[in-house]
Amino acid sequence: MGSLPIFVIDADPLAEFSWGKIESAKNPPLTSPTESAISRCFADLKARGERALVTFLTAGFPTLDHTPELLDALVAGGADVIEVGVPFSDPVADGPTIQKAGAEALAAGTTMEGILDCVRAFRTRHATPIVLFGAYNPFFHYGIERFVRDAAAAGVNGLLIPDLPLEESEEVLPMARAAGLDLIFLVAPPTPLERKRLICEKSSGFVYYISVRGVTGARASAHFQLEKPLGELREVTDLPIAVGFGISQPEQAAEVAALADGVVVGSGIIDLISKHRDSPDLMEKVSAYCRSLKDAMADCERLG
Amino acid sequence: MTPTVSDNTMKETTLKTNLPDPSGHYGQFGGRYVPETLMPALVELEAEYEKARLDPLFQEELDYYLEKYVGRATPLFRADRLSATLGRGCRVYLKREDLAHTGAHKINNTMGQALLAKRIGKPRVIAETGAGQHGVATATACALLGLECEVFMGEEDVERQKLNVFRMELLGAKVTTVMCGSRTLKDATSEAFRDWMARCEDTHYIVGSVVGPHPFPMIVRDFQAVIGVESRAQILEAEGRLPDAVVACVGGGSNAMGIFHPFRDDASVKLIGVEAAGFGINTQQHAASIGGGQIGVFHGAKIYVLQTEDGQITPAHSISAGLDYPGTGPEHGYLSASGRASYESVTDEESLEGVKLLCLTEGIIPALETAHAIAHLHKVVAELPEGALIILCLSGRGDKDVFSIAKGIGREL
Repeated sequence: MGSLPIFVIDADPLAEFSWGKIESAKNPPLTSPTESAISRCFADLKARGERALVTFLTAGFPTLDHTPELLDALVAGGADVIEVGVPFSDPVADGPTIQKAGAEALAAGTTMEGILDCVRAFRTRHATPIVLFGAYNPFFHYGIERFVRDAAAAGVNGLLIPDLPLEESEEVLPMARAAGLDLIFLVAPPTPLERKRLICEKSSGFVYYISVRGVTGARASAHFQLEKPLGELREVTDLPIAVGFGISQPEQAAEVAALADGVVVGSGIIDLISKHRDSPDLMEKVSAYCRSLKDAMADCERLG
Repeated sequence: MTPTVSDNTMKETTLKTNLPDPSGHYGQFGGRYVPETLMPALVELEAEYEKARLDPLFQEELDYYLEKYVGRATPLFRADRLSATLGRGCRVYLKREDLAHTGAHKINNTMGQALLAKRIGKPRVIAETGAGQHGVATATACALLGLECEVFMGEEDVERQKLNVFRMELLGAKVTTVMCGSRTLKDATSEAFRDWMARCEDTHYIVGSVVGPHPFPMIVRDFQAVIGVESRAQILEAEGRLPDAVVACVGGGSNAMGIFHPFRDDASVKLIGVEAAGFGINTQQHAASIGGGQIGVFHGAKIYVLQTEDGQITPAHSISAGLDYPGTGPEHGYLSASGRASYESVTDEESLEGVKLLCLTEGIIPALETAHAIAHLHKVVAELPEGALIILCLSGRGDKDVFSIAKGIGREL
């Protein structure tokens, strides 16, 4: 009868697998994290008593022709770090807003090479650190070794790949570090403490704390319970902590800024672009929105 | 731009039999490429599954339901008229998964995973479905065990498979229409993962094939391996020897992995997977991930997947909804790269010939998925010595497909 094939696995996977088993000492940072543009950015802000506004923009949304001007608008609005979203056909971690933006970007013909060209041009205008944010397959398919080289040459400063967890990161981390790119890891609410430590040991530039369970997206009523998880994170790392997922209102940004080193806003920006895409004031509106977030973050600190 | 394909041509040199390794890899395939939010849930599932697997009481309970409810063991039937038609003195045996409850092998997995969900204490179960077969099998097991069930299904499939939507609803499941992407199975799968990310504390995700992040490919394989365990014992009893070949259709690959697995250390037994070539493997419209795809990372694992030169996943095409998925499970990738199994493909048109062949020789209407494997038998027989002994996994019955078959052969119903 239907006996489970006990013969197929001769090792008890759990005996081998524990969080502590992932050797933390195997890959010390190849470049000191403090040397990267992203680390410097966070350090400079900290010296001035500011928090980083980390803005997300889906590259190629609505088209790649819009992207350079939108990036300029983010910088003008006070963005300290920009996450450039690389669209993917099957984005498992994204909520509806960013899914739609990505689908539209792809339909408009956005490619990885086009995105790198965009970054290359941006780099002639601004020093603002750029992090490419996206699903692993487009990077993997490009060829990691070639990709980190091309990305670094284009002026990319870091990579954030949500579906490349700690366990699979060895195939990217050494090459990214060698090319001078920060690989930024995510920590989520269910991540156990010991695992947080291991993740932070691999991460550089900053560590990204996911503020809510589930996918990306604006949540009007999101309540962020950050004291405990961020407190735990501080215990295991000196890296700057940016918090994202579900933050779109200035008041939310202020609430998060009271505890974090950086606040990530994504869907709110995409929503704004969707709403005003045909307006001549689009760029001004994007800048003004960023400014409202940044100001709220500054107010909060004065209160604090 | 020329994609870097060095990774994609890498061959596995030594065949390992104790896979996956502790990190969930099958050679270069598999792994768990998932957002951090899901990692603790996957680790918990792996630990709970391991405990269940080694618990005689769990085994006993599963055996009880497989025998009394699913109707196992399914027969291994000697198909004499089919064999005579194929010629060369071959003897083909059919492993009758079509006779299992709900009409296909899918129930082996959903029964096992639903029992697992109950054991872990997750009151809610979710699943993805394309044609609706896995959805129906999940809804069935959940109804039996009193679990809440929600099935994600692409809008296009909801339209095409109204009957199965109704079946799931009759069985008490909630069917949620997925409107994103290509609105088919791959998008339903993405949506199920999103739901799981938000609710993994109270929800178990019953993945329907040997795909997804570790430990799913292993769990689904183990629950489906009952097909091969039975087949191996049955053929030894009937013929006193092992078969020369085992043939099965491959979409995600669960029935094939289930029947292949217990034979994998039997070096004399050829393992042959048959993928869907749709309109032809040289067209853009097929579902042959191994034959026409490249290695990529999709739905949480490194697998063969259909993709563009920019690494975007392309929708699959097959006349058979159950094969209409752009990826194939990681262990199949490994079996292909190591040379242990071979993977061929059969077009939509050829699969219809497979349907007719089995209908007219054996009085069995096969599922369109299975028909791909049947249509490939001619070539298997031609390549083996005379008098070859072959087992074909008859993964499902074709009642669900009569409209597609009629359309395919130009008949209006």
